[in-house]
Amino acid sequence: MMAARFLRRSIPVLRQARCYADAPSGSSQMSFTFASPTQVYFKEASVKQVDVPTLTGAFGILPAHVPTLQVLRPGVVTVFNDDGSAAKFFVSSGSITVNADSSVQLLAEEAFPLDQLDVAAAKANLEKAQSEMASASDEAARAEVQINIDANEAIVKALE
Amino acid sequence: MFARTSALVFLPQCGQVRNMATLKDITIRLKSIKNIQKITKSMKMVAAAKYARAERQLKPARVYGNGAVALYEKAEIKAPEGVANKHLLIGVSSDRGLCGAVHSNVAKAIKAKIATLTGEGKEVMVVNVGDKLRNILQRTHSNYLLLSCKEVGRKPPTFTDASIVATELLNMGYEFDQGAVIYNRFRSVISYKTDEKPIFSIDTVANSENMGIYDDIDADVLRNYQEFALVNIIYFGLKESTTSEQSARMTAMDSASKNASEMIDKLTLTFNRTRQAVITKELIEIISGAAAL
Repeated sequence: MMAARFLRRSIPVLRQARCYADAPSGSSQMSFTFASPTQVYFKEASVKQVDVPTLTGAFGILPAHVPTLQVLRPGVVTVFNDDGSAAKFFVSSGSITVNADSSVQLLAEEAFPLDQLDVAAAKANLEKAQSEMASASDEAARAEVQINIDANEAIVKALE
Repeated sequence: MFARTSALVFLPQCGQVRNMATLKDITIRLKSIKNIQKITKSMKMVAAAKYARAERQLKPARVYGNGAVALYEKAEIKAPEGVANKHLLIGVSSDRGLCGAVHSNVAKAIKAKIATLTGEGKEVMVVNVGDKLRNILQRTHSNYLLLSCKEVGRKPPTFTDASIVATELLNMGYEFDQGAVIYNRFRSVISYKTDEKPIFSIDTVANSENMGIYDDIDADVLRNYQEFALVNIIYFGLKESTTSEQSARMTAMDSASKNASEMIDKLTLTFNRTRQAVITKELIEIISGAAAL
């Protein structure tokens, strides 16, 4: 009787000792939120993969990605849905947070689906920005024009 | 002669006797209250239109704002206790009045927080967005005001407005450790609640215990991320605040119109009674004059 009670008490302890890594809770699902200040594209949706362009390089996020914080650069975000279709968006800047519970928050200052952007207008803006670079006087103005150029270059590259 | 002058001096002092309001007085009063009712009714309709638009824009803004504070909640970031750290309070309100208790609620919350924090010996500064808030706080807490923003409330707030506020705040150079954005959270057309969302400085976030699990973060990335998060939280507060303000203005103008209608009804009754009394008086005079002949 005593032995049985001991066994019953010790078995849970054994089970605990065998697990050496914390199983991430709900790691097969990624809760993906993608929004700009004026529009929400995904709200706690379950998607397969998200590719984001960040200041340190472009990388893809799958469920159970290691937690990280990153800042976006102008570029294309590709979202691969569970059913295999891909949706592309152009983002100007923003931040992305991957938390330990596999939730991803992609907050973009401006984000538009690629089909809403016009290549001709982007090329015209790019040329105008490049000519403004020559006449930019101080650091702040030069930085603004550089940002303009970067964003327009990224749009043109994404649409071609 | 002596007695007469003293009687003349006496009369004005006990002159609080109420005279029967003449028809002309009542007519003037009735006209002015009817005008006021028209104005408050149109203000209510304008506020209703603005409220509908603000609520529509609030839906995506809420998802956006909740995403922005998700990091702070999930990583449970908090400033080290016990250290004399510097606090920053950002109160969000607007320039325009006639919206109920919106501005005074935020001011009350700020004053209470200032009192607790200074009681604990911590340093605190206040940024206010909106003139009405500045007017309330300037009288008693003017030495805590760091920055004031005007021209808020005329047009719906945009992300650019929030980024201007954040840029100015960061340029002021006040090295705060933690703080809060105090705003009115919109609950429904008839109710809103004063709420706060936390903000932290770069150092506090970097030194927080749970940040270790976040991989591959260098100081530059963290600074950019924090600045962006600050703008997001201010934007979220602005959006919620305008929606609460417009709904409060709608209910305030609605009750003002109702009160004006009540006054108009009562005054119309008084007017009719006075009119009938005047006619009766004239009739009696005529009849008694005729009877005397």
